Amino acid sequence: MKEIVVISGKGGTGKTSITASFAALAENAVLVDCDVDAADLHLVLGPEIISTHKFISGHEAVIRSDRCTRCALCYTHCRYQAIMPPQATSAYSVDPLACEGCGVCVHFCPVSAIDFPDRESGHWYISQTRFGSLVHAKLAIGGENSGKLVSQVRQSARELASEQKADLIITDGPPGIGCPVIASITGADAVVIVTEPTISAEHDLKRVLSLAEFFRIPAYICINKFDINPGLSEAIAYETKQMGAQVIGRIPYASCFTSAQIAGSPVVEYNSNSKNETNPIIQDITAMWEILDRKLRKETIHFIKEPQ
Amino acid sequence: MKIALASGKGGTGKTTIAVALVRVASNRVSYLDCDVEEPNGFLFLRPEIDQRKGVTVPVPQVDKTLCIACGRCVDICQFNAIVLPKKTAVVFPEMCHGCGGCLKVCPVGAITEGKHLIGEVTVGHSGGIRAIEGRMNVGATTAPPVIRAVKDQLINSEIPRDESADDIQAVDELVIIDCPPGSACPMVAAVKISDYVILVTEPTPFGLHDLEIAVATMRELSLPFGVAINRFDAGDDRVEQYCRKEELDVLLRIPDLRLIARAGSRGEDLIAAVPSLKGDLIQALEFSASKHNQLRAITDQQELK
Repeated sequence: MKEIVVISGKGGTGKTSITASFAALAENAVLVDCDVDAADLHLVLGPEIISTHKFISGHEAVIRSDRCTRCALCYTHCRYQAIMPPQATSAYSVDPLACEGCGVCVHFCPVSAIDFPDRESGHWYISQTRFGSLVHAKLAIGGENSGKLVSQVRQSARELASEQKADLIITDGPPGIGCPVIASITGADAVVIVTEPTISAEHDLKRVLSLAEFFRIPAYICINKFDINPGLSEAIAYETKQMGAQVIGRIPYASCFTSAQIAGSPVVEYNSNSKNETNPIIQDITAMWEILDRKLRKETIHFIKEPQ
Repeated sequence: MKIALASGKGGTGKTTIAVALVRVASNRVSYLDCDVEEPNGFLFLRPEIDQRKGVTVPVPQVDKTLCIACGRCVDICQFNAIVLPKKTAVVFPEMCHGCGGCLKVCPVGAITEGKHLIGEVTVGHSGGIRAIEGRMNVGATTAPPVIRAVKDQLINSEIPRDESADDIQAVDELVIIDCPPGSACPMVAAVKISDYVILVTEPTPFGLHDLEIAVATMRELSLPFGVAINRFDAGDDRVEQYCRKEELDVLLRIPDLRLIARAGSRGEDLIAAVPSLKGDLIQALEFSASKHNQLRAITDQQELK
């Protein structure tokens, strides 16, 4: 079983559209959405939820006002400015959005006035789509610990894939390079980085590629909207090659990405052409998928850089 | 006043609009890049750099000679950042949230706090614009401390004075905050320091879905906000319908032009590409300021009572 994760550094380059197309093209795959605070993959895969699970991200401090003696120890110990001083006659209280659930206030409260219940920070789901099972999640508003939710979702997807004897896990990753991204890519067999020829995306691509290199995960590059700046696209292809990654697809700027999304279907299944001619974008994405599929199945995957 | 540019979905145009607002502002203005995982604003503003500072978070260090392997540090740590494999506690800095619990409970004083470098804050200026960028190191995990360091830098640093400009306008400084995408803790940490938030979206199902999450987040935080619709003519009208239904102020609509995409790809400003948008951007700033002033007046009145 191989696990590939689609990431981008910069948001909005087309991760989800590409992932959905891979999902449609792959056979026998389990699908995962690890962009847990802005999950969109389900919008084009039409899932039917099979099971819903609570995500417990840890604990949160809650002060019992009747027991609080206003000694202020919690206030002095808290490093997240999550303890709010009393107003008039009230007791100390906790700002749940600032509380990181470290439990230091709970430990030091001399009168045990602070409870430490489980914190429910969202849900994760196992769903069925016509392309296979989908594991996805929804982080609660302002929820903490998105990295932990990502790990939970991936774990469940691996179990599902092994039950179903799936060949592949295809994951839609989050933007950025922080904890949810790290949680999404660690231990994966390859990452596909979707970029575009803009100076912002180029900058972000280099950072996320360094991250992949840091975790020694082979990286393949898809240059989306390559024709809005062909010169920069070629520069990106050259630079990424220097960094040990390989460009596996160049997709032109096309309005069918938006139209397919509005129609609620993956780009490769959306044919706007009434004359029944195949949309060239579909051929481009399919060709890219075939290269990736061959790389994953047959060829030995090389490390970006051999471990020192 | 401080205006944050945020969005649920990434790549909707936060930085493009933030930079354009900075360019059209008539006040003294600061630009803060709080998208510390992938900061892009400086690529457009190209400021002269005045100062760089490392951002560190406190992490525990165990003195092996003092540790008695009692395990109290392991018990209090909620983040599995400290373990006791053999005779000494071992720390995993990337897991640590820096709460300080372990050193407070250690009965023999074996734990002290060291500094773990996770990023950098850069201060620069571009004409009369003060620009501050937070940048998280590749491999670091937690963005909020870098975002807080940007905020601290704003409070602590002097604004460069543009000698040619009329300094009467300096009275009310404008701060534009470029936020990270999503709705999790980095986004919350960045918008929290603002007076008004502009949520940037696009008229697509992904744009709408993530806008709904961002709106719920703003309401949870009790922050006043409006919406900017980028590429407004590119998709369908469900975002407009949603804004009407929820009675949200739409401050700005930017057309879907290949010209804008091309200019942005080269690091050119929005108004350089489409000068006619200048008036719309100024109106968006004025609208944000009037909303902010209205709300401030209401709070002032309540406090008087």
